[in-house]
Amino acid sequence: MKKLHELVAERLLCLSALASSAITLAILAFLVVMGLPLMRAGGVLPLVYSPWAPFQGSFGIFPMIVGTCAISLASLVLAFPLSLGCSFLIAAVAPSAVSRGFRRLIELMTGIPTVVYGFVGIFLLVPIVRELFRSGSGMSLLTAALVLGIMITPTMTLFFCDSFDRIPKSYLDAAEALGASRTQQLLHVMLPLAKKGMLTGVLLALGRAVGDTLIALMLAGNAVQVPTSVLEPARTLTAHIALVMAADYESPEFRSIFTCGIVLYLFTLTVTFVVRAMGSAKDEAA
Amino acid sequence: MKPCLLERTTVLFAWAAGLLLTAAVAVLFGYLFMHGLEVLNLPLIFGKTPPWRALLLQERVFEGLFPALAGTFMLVLLAICWAIPVGLATGVYLSEYAGPRVRRVLDALFDVLAGVPSIVVGLFGFALAVFLHRHFSERIGPCLLISSLALSILVLPYIIRTTQASLEGLPREIRLTAIALGATKLQNIILVLLPKSLAGVMSGIILAIGRCAEDTAVIMLTGVVASAGLPKSLLSQYEALPFYIFYISSQYTSPEELQQGYGAAIILLLLCALLLLAAYGIRKGLTHLVFYRP
Repeated sequence: MKKLHELVAERLLCLSALASSAITLAILAFLVVMGLPLMRAGGVLPLVYSPWAPFQGSFGIFPMIVGTCAISLASLVLAFPLSLGCSFLIAAVAPSAVSRGFRRLIELMTGIPTVVYGFVGIFLLVPIVRELFRSGSGMSLLTAALVLGIMITPTMTLFFCDSFDRIPKSYLDAAEALGASRTQQLLHVMLPLAKKGMLTGVLLALGRAVGDTLIALMLAGNAVQVPTSVLEPARTLTAHIALVMAADYESPEFRSIFTCGIVLYLFTLTVTFVVRAMGSAKDEAA
Repeated sequence: MKPCLLERTTVLFAWAAGLLLTAAVAVLFGYLFMHGLEVLNLPLIFGKTPPWRALLLQERVFEGLFPALAGTFMLVLLAICWAIPVGLATGVYLSEYAGPRVRRVLDALFDVLAGVPSIVVGLFGFALAVFLHRHFSERIGPCLLISSLALSILVLPYIIRTTQASLEGLPREIRLTAIALGATKLQNIILVLLPKSLAGVMSGIILAIGRCAEDTAVIMLTGVVASAGLPKSLLSQYEALPFYIFYISSQYTSPEELQQGYGAAIILLLLCALLLLAAYGIRKGLTHLVFYRP
């Protein structure tokens, strides 16, 4: 028979687990409740695809959705090759001392505050972009994507390295015994085997890029419009939430930020479940 | 045998990428230190107020980072205080008590929570403040308490994940020895398993501290302001270092203020780097795993 305090402890632990997991659901519930009046007024779908024109009573968040997609995909395009190269360097190309040092540096980079990236971006990169392309203020989709790309590269690189590390050593030994060099092992053994783990890394990095507020807020210019080129300013969902918060409470403008919140939340949900599904599919295959 | 073109390109590509990233970090650090090194001194923090009088709260600091630093410190302290007990308990429950089905569901929920953008957590904090304002007390608005609660939600997954991972990583011999000697499950957890996995748990906590100190989006929505002095109570507004940096970057009025911004950015950067190195020194390679456990 279990003693009383054992039971109490178990119940308490269980309670805290339930409470903290309930927070995940509570966040969605709060967003929906707060955003409900606007959704009820115009339906859910028009909110997503109609344009943003507060003075005409239209609070669609379409430009922000496009802005978010554009900036995060552009940053992914920049960060993917960079991360690939860095993970090659760590996994196979560099001598082990360099590789270890470089890995430390990348781990250190994951700790750089995003507001510091934004700060340096404003005073260093924005003038360069302005001078180089001679258009507008220098705050543009490109500027934000460049900095965001640097920001997500460490995360992506570390996930790539992890999936290289998980390859059984016997595979590499076999390749080496056949006379393959480190680079050949990398290209013909490690890369094909690590594909799935790498996709996970890309998805999670995309999640970070979409979820980041400060870099887009400080560097993307925040104009509410569907950007037609990378040199135009754009506003992301996250930046939109931060900017509208200044407006007065109870206005419909204000309600729209909860729709943004819901979209971001649903995006997170999708990424998480795709990653989890890929993970469990891998377990079954192994 | 000479390596073929593809292999040579790969090697070249890897070095180029490595150099590019290293250069980016070097430029970031170099630029900040070039502009901010000269202001890194005591007046940056305390302004014209004598440091000891500011520390003893006898005199208010007007032209320094002291209120922002103090605000960040209080915020981190509170958020960690909320997050540690719940996070630890949840981690222990997931690793030691939960059945496979419950664990699958909870794992999924915490994976989602770890991925929720910080601005959405901030929005939740704000909605919570509105809710409390309406239903409990008129005095509750966006404030230090709400911010710290929201931040603790943000870092909860860090503590849960690292606790769970380091408990699950313990070898079978350690798990079974005390049980074989007649210890109960709870005694085994408290006296053997938790002390054995302390390194992992500590590194998780330090990572969480770094995340709390760094995050701007959550506090922007839940009560941080540009100028408030020291927080007087849990229900008052406050200043914080990352928000100060953000504010200065768009609202600076003089070169001196901008210089302070550089100084603040260096302080925050060094603080986060130190915390990360500490977490790393205690246990290697956990920094990015909070988002997903492979």
